[in-house]
Amino acid sequence: MANAPAGGITPTHDTGTRATQVFGTLAALGVAWLCAFGLLFSPADRDQRESVRIMYVHVPSAWVAYLAFGVTAVASALYLLRSSHSLTWDRLAGASAEIGVLFMGVTLVTGMLWGRLSWGVFWTWDARLTSTAFLFVTFLGYLAVRRLGGTQHQRAKRSAVLAMLGVLEIPLVHFSVRLWRSLHQDATVARIEGDPDLDGLMLFSLFVGLIAFTLLYVWLVIHRQRALVLEDALEAHGLDAALVERRAEAALQGGGR
Amino acid sequence: MAEPSRWIRLHRTRAIAAKDLRVELRGRVLLNQVIPFSVLVLVLFGFAVDDDGIAQRVAPGLIWMATLFSLLVMVQRTFAVEAADGALDSLRVAGVDPTVIFWGKAMALAVQLAVLEIVLFAAAIVLFAPTLRVSGVALLAATWIVSTAGLALVGTLYGGLTAGIQGRETLLPLLVFPVVAPVLIGATRAVESGLGTTGAAVSEGWPWIGLLTVFGAAFAAGGTLAFGPLIDD
Repeated sequence: MANAPAGGITPTHDTGTRATQVFGTLAALGVAWLCAFGLLFSPADRDQRESVRIMYVHVPSAWVAYLAFGVTAVASALYLLRSSHSLTWDRLAGASAEIGVLFMGVTLVTGMLWGRLSWGVFWTWDARLTSTAFLFVTFLGYLAVRRLGGTQHQRAKRSAVLAMLGVLEIPLVHFSVRLWRSLHQDATVARIEGDPDLDGLMLFSLFVGLIAFTLLYVWLVIHRQRALVLEDALEAHGLDAALVERRAEAALQGGGR
Repeated sequence: MAEPSRWIRLHRTRAIAAKDLRVELRGRVLLNQVIPFSVLVLVLFGFAVDDDGIAQRVAPGLIWMATLFSLLVMVQRTFAVEAADGALDSLRVAGVDPTVIFWGKAMALAVQLAVLEIVLFAAAIVLFAPTLRVSGVALLAATWIVSTAGLALVGTLYGGLTAGIQGRETLLPLLVFPVVAPVLIGATRAVESGLGTTGAAVSEGWPWIGLLTVFGAAFAAGGTLAFGPLIDD
């Protein structure tokens, strides 16, 4: 195990391959395009004026965060259900969750800034906002559980179960907050975000953002997943090296006696 | 190995619950430490709110916040007992099904939570002076039962997840609090309706019982399926 290349990558190489170079270049081009369209070409909104440009970061990062957590849930389910219990699924789940937390953080911060500009408040107790914040916290806990130690399969099993429980929890939180708020106030967010008459160029810019962020996600996940393969290999290698050392030590002591 | 019959599983579940309750009866940790702590939390909330009218209004929420804090302490206690001498492993080696362990521990936790909630409810009546009304008693009792069941199931499940791990004291709240948020919302609203502290009618509380029941059922199913893989490593 110590000398075997892990997942086709030898520890002497970095995590980049031809495929990631292509994805990375496309993602960089996409983000450059998004900057051009989001900041220059697309018009300011009639009501929200320049602040509407936050949308080109906010909506794509929300999409990527949900996509990432979805991938984590599916990969976790595959780890648990497949009889091989392949750690590949576990590492994909972990890598995707890390990227998801990152983009969920971006979503929450940009959302609060946008909210302050367009509704006058940073936060409102809307079901979607609240369950998004809970999803963020749940996956922070998920990442903490992944770092608890133990064997790699212990980590995989624990975190996979936790991801599955997250799938159970979030709809309950969403529904309970909706039921709670429906008794108190109207859904302010739905009214504003459900606005159907987005300008054609704005819609196109948003579309560019979705593509660019998705490419960025794929690029990041591939790299992160490969880094996790290397980390796991290093851990196994370190254990093997320590065992060999200890055996040599014992043999030496045995010989001296 | 043949699957033990349903009757034997039920018997073992009760044996585990009885064991946990016996540990509590002999150690008196709930009575001497957790209940005083939870009442103290209520008193501190009283200081923080510092207004009789507001305190009376938010009393239902304070009861459940104090319950959640105590839940964490109790879950840590119930799994510290198991982890100390490798008791959980011994149970597994003795051939006890993880599902049986899950339900047994959840039952014992539920009984202890139920006692704690009664004390907290009484303390809130004394401290914050909301008035009881006869029409709300059934709603209050229903809230008491379904919330306790939900909290005990979630607590046992996440307690099993972090059992025997370094640093679980700080991790458990981060994992449990997001999950029990629906119970806090539902149980608080139901008790508000039961007491009428916010002017809500008793009938407005019953939909929340539905939510709490769904919550409990979801985590009963989740725990039954997931507890085995969690503790079997």
